[in-house]
Amino acid sequence: MTSRTATAFGTRAVASVQLRLEEGWFTLCPAERLLPGRGVAALLPDGRQVALFRDRTGRLYAVDNRDPFSGAAVLSRGLLGHASGRPFVASPLLKQRFDLESGHCLDDDTVILTSYDVRVR
Amino acid sequence: MPAPSTAATPTIVLVGHGMVGQRFLEELAARKVTERTRVVVLCEEPRPAYDRVALTSYFSGRTPDELSLTATDFMAEHGIELYLDDPAEHLDRAARTVTARSGRTFRYDTLVLATGSYPFVPPVPGKDARGCFVYRTIEDLLAIEEYAKSAHTGLVVGGGLLGLEAAGALDGLGLATHVVEFAPRLMPVQVDEGGGRALLRTLSGRGLRVHTGTGTQEVLTGEDGSVSGVRLSDGGELATDLVVFSAGVRPRDALARACGLGVGERGGITVDTDCRTGDPAVYAIGECAQAADGRVYGLVAPGYEMARTAAAAIADGTADQGFTGADRSTMLKLLGVDVASFGDAHGTAADCLDVVYADSRAGVYKKLVVDPEGTLLGGILVGDAEAYGTLRALTGSKPPLAPEQLVLPAGAGAPAALGPAALPDEAVICSCHNVTKATVRGAVTEHRCGTVPEVKKCTKAGTGCGSCVKILGQLMDAELEASGIEVDKGLCGCFAHTRQELYEIVRALRLTSYQELLDTHGREEARGTDGCETCKPTVGSIIASLAPVIGASGYVLDGEQAALQDTNDHFLANLQRNGSYSVVPRIPGGEITPENLIVIGEVARDFGLYTKITGGQRIDLFGARVDQLPPIWARLVDAGFESGHAYGKALRTVKSCVGQTWCRYGVQDSVRMAIDLELRYRGLRAPHKLKSAVSGCARECAEAQSKDFGVIATAQGWNLYVGGNGGATPRHADLLAQDLSDAELVRLIDRFLMFYIRTADRLERTATWLDRLEGGLDHLRDVVVHDSLGIGPELESLMGTHVAHYRDEWAETLDDPDRLARFVSFVNAPGAPDPTVRFVPERDQIKPDLPLLTLGPPRTAATLEGTAIR
Ligand code: SRM
Ligand SMILES: Cc1cc2nc3c(=O)[nH]c(=O)nc-3n(C[C@H](O)[C@H](O)[C@H](O)COP(=O)(O)OP(=O)(O)OC[C@H]3O[C@@H](n4cnc5c(N)ncnc54)[C@H](O)[C@@H]3O)c2cc1C
Ligand code: SF4
Ligand code: FES
Repeated sequence: MTSRTATAFGTRAVASVQLRLEEGWFTLCPAERLLPGRGVAALLPDGRQVALFRDRTGRLYAVDNRDPFSGAAVLSRGLLGHASGRPFVASPLLKQRFDLESGHCLDDDTVILTSYDVRVR
Repeated sequence: MPAPSTAATPTIVLVGHGMVGQRFLEELAARKVTERTRVVVLCEEPRPAYDRVALTSYFSGRTPDELSLTATDFMAEHGIELYLDDPAEHLDRAARTVTARSGRTFRYDTLVLATGSYPFVPPVPGKDARGCFVYRTIEDLLAIEEYAKSAHTGLVVGGGLLGLEAAGALDGLGLATHVVEFAPRLMPVQVDEGGGRALLRTLSGRGLRVHTGTGTQEVLTGEDGSVSGVRLSDGGELATDLVVFSAGVRPRDALARACGLGVGERGGITVDTDCRTGDPAVYAIGECAQAADGRVYGLVAPGYEMARTAAAAIADGTADQGFTGADRSTMLKLLGVDVASFGDAHGTAADCLDVVYADSRAGVYKKLVVDPEGTLLGGILVGDAEAYGTLRALTGSKPPLAPEQLVLPAGAGAPAALGPAALPDEAVICSCHNVTKATVRGAVTEHRCGTVPEVKKCTKAGTGCGSCVKILGQLMDAELEASGIEVDKGLCGCFAHTRQELYEIVRALRLTSYQELLDTHGREEARGTDGCETCKPTVGSIIASLAPVIGASGYVLDGEQAALQDTNDHFLANLQRNGSYSVVPRIPGGEITPENLIVIGEVARDFGLYTKITGGQRIDLFGARVDQLPPIWARLVDAGFESGHAYGKALRTVKSCVGQTWCRYGVQDSVRMAIDLELRYRGLRAPHKLKSAVSGCARECAEAQSKDFGVIATAQGWNLYVGGNGGATPRHADLLAQDLSDAELVRLIDRFLMFYIRTADRLERTATWLDRLEGGLDHLRDVVVHDSLGIGPELESLMGTHVAHYRDEWAETLDDPDRLARFVSFVNAPGAPDPTVRFVPERDQIKPDLPLLTLGPPRTAATLEGTAIR
């Protein structure tokens, strides 16, 4: 079992970030491309997009990049934060917060984002 | 429910729907008299009662509707018949009828006269010429405003309270303004000689041309019959295009005289303590009445007392508490000069003593009148009326401090300022509405009011002349604190500090790292976390504003700073609803060469961008994908464009009008000044966005008075306005200083902006900041113009450092491949465009092709971005 989060070893240049898809682990990018506190977007083989984040302790998170409130693929450009000890991203468009581990929208119970397992290899 | 009226229904007729008349109606309604009586109101003016006291605020943007005192459904709700534009012309006391101009005749059981006053116009030749005005009604102001459009100079006859208010208004309309006062000093009724001297110095310093000790002998007219000047009693002449008479008011008692009611020697319908005239069926209230103490009061508060008295007498046969006289405290509301007089200001009581403090250099004069036992009887404050609220409320009691300690300025041996805590519970805080300290405290403790607007609504205090609002706030805070209510003023869940405190911490400790700040100064539970989307950009902006001073990188996307910026700053562009971005190149002052216009057109065409002229005199290019931003900017930077910071909480535009160079009215080169200012302050990060404008004359085509800092040219230089705002809660800017040279103007703006950046809350525009700033505009002027805190040079040097270190963010970004790396749609497919960013044609351009939403339409964000609450 891998946990939903993993620790990045930023000093190892070869380390890359991988995402678990149905068909197996999919490599996205070198770990050092991720800036603590910010996200990047990545394209999946089936055309879906994923928003990838790294917090200041090095933990990685991945959720669907599509903002369910606007339909735009922009969540990777939101700001990261912690509320009550849990990591979240705030949509850059209308500022709804999403829990990065569970994908739950903190402003609207009925909305959940797909979240992914991530690891560094 | 009002009673259906029949011939037998008792009828009250009110003549005059002014401030006091309206209050009388409210008092009647509160006593339920309207339920059993027919009430008829004859109103001479074309509109229902409005706030005459605040009349002048029309010139600072309050509309006639906003001045109205009459709630829309008040009349209907209480079944009151109001006849506008229909003055009473004839009274028949024997038949008990009133006949109006329209011919309507009403029978009354009770008649109430509330006809107010008329402005006295001295009988000088030419007084009726075109261009002569009085200052009493909204219609007067509209006429003055219209006429002033073609005038350059204005003159006010009379240097009393109202005259100076009118002079302030003329000055605000851009006229060179004279005041002619017959008495040897200004405001002769309120202030004494010393006070008059201090006032004169300050007002002359503000550009008002004051002529005291001389009368107006004749209004001179030109060939077309309109005003061209006045001849003074000393033989001199002053040229002027417009004259406002403000030589006092006279009670409007003509109707009463004509039907044989008693009037005082100097006018005013005589009434008893119930406000009843010699005819028991007729009452007179407000400025048209001579009260039982033999005085005619020209102030609204005594009028309100009379309204209450008369309503009580009509309701119950006699007033619970008759009207025997009132306080005549006043405070000048305009011109940015503090002048207050209260109680027995001139020391008329037997054996009374004066305590005087005067500093002619600073234009400060303070006098307190006390009796031999030390009871405060009254006083005069000029130049510094900080203590007005407290002193007025203490009048009639023995203050807890010696009088000399009450007038000494802070820092000159005076003990800590006397707070509202020192006041007794029965002290009247708001004299307009007769609200005591106990009532204000009750509003906080019993009615749970936690803000000044709530207290105002609950108690009415502060809704008259406004001079007590400051002390209201102090009282409320003291009461909140006393009841142990702690208001969390913290920025967000991560910091218990305000933005202003964080600014000071970052500056003092030279912190350049957000994480360090959070871990050392954050709330316990937030330390070690990632913070939140509220404090990150706020701290990012503080670090950016202070960058050169604290040794941080001036480039907002370097290192950790990159993670703090809102998405717009992160990509140096504005995010649109479909995930694309807009690009706004800087066009300083709105001036652009044809070549550069063509470059913008070519870039837009080549990248397929939607092009629109913005409301800020520049051009916005919409629909760029994130990966298109660098090549777009490469072309723009090549042509000499810089970032317009449309994405930042930073200076946006300095709009300009075409000004003196082309415009026949212009008196200064407004375009050059706008460009200079825009280039000086470009890139300056602030708590919120900053906007500015420069107009070439008082016609104000650049709308400078709606800007955070606005500049209007005068014949002598520039007038500086601050705190203006469009947006959701518009506010007209306040005049900060006048007739400045180029260098003075820039120096004051430097100080103003840096003081704002230092002390404002997150997402607080200058307008809200100024409204919240303790001491308001006067304090701001003290700090910025008079450098009362001694921080002027520091603020200037901070700005100097900003100007010296400014670099264009886009040019810097293009120069550095590392910085460019972030401008990709996908980290794992740098070349691939985002397929979800799509467009469809509209009106020969493009618009976003929005994906269908499975969710309902996005709920609009809970707050405006511009408000400080999450
Ligand atoms: C483009 C433009 C409308 C236009 O098509 O003309 C515009 C567009 C936006 N305005 Fe505006 N405003 C534009 C002129 C104005 C003006 C008029 C002016 O500046 O003369 C105002 C009122 C004046 C004022 O600010 O006092 C204005 C008051 C606002 C406000 C309300 C601010 C307030 O204090 O209440 C917001 C919300 C905010 O900033 O929090 C806002 C926010 C925005 C944002 C940034 C909303 C957003 O977050 O996406 C829009 C983004 C523009 C973009 O993506 O490029 N815009 N906006 C104008 C750009 C001017 C420029 O060249 O920079
Ligand atoms: C510019 C300005 C600033 C002021 N500032 C202050 C201040 O700071 N503090 C303060 O206490 N006071 C101030 N005052 C004075 C204050 O406005 C008056 O004391 C107050 O309005 C008096 O109310 P009133 O109802 O008696 O008279 P008004 O408000 O003048 O109302 C009388 C009304 O009766 C109407 N009327 C007259 N004759 C007839 C008729 N025959 N039939 C029908 N209607 C008639 C008039 O048209 C008018 O509308 C200021 C006044 C002005 C003009
Ligand atoms: S504001 Fe400018 S453009 Fe407008 S009339 Fe004055 S100088 Fe001319
Ligand atoms: S004293 Fe005038 S509003 Fe309170």
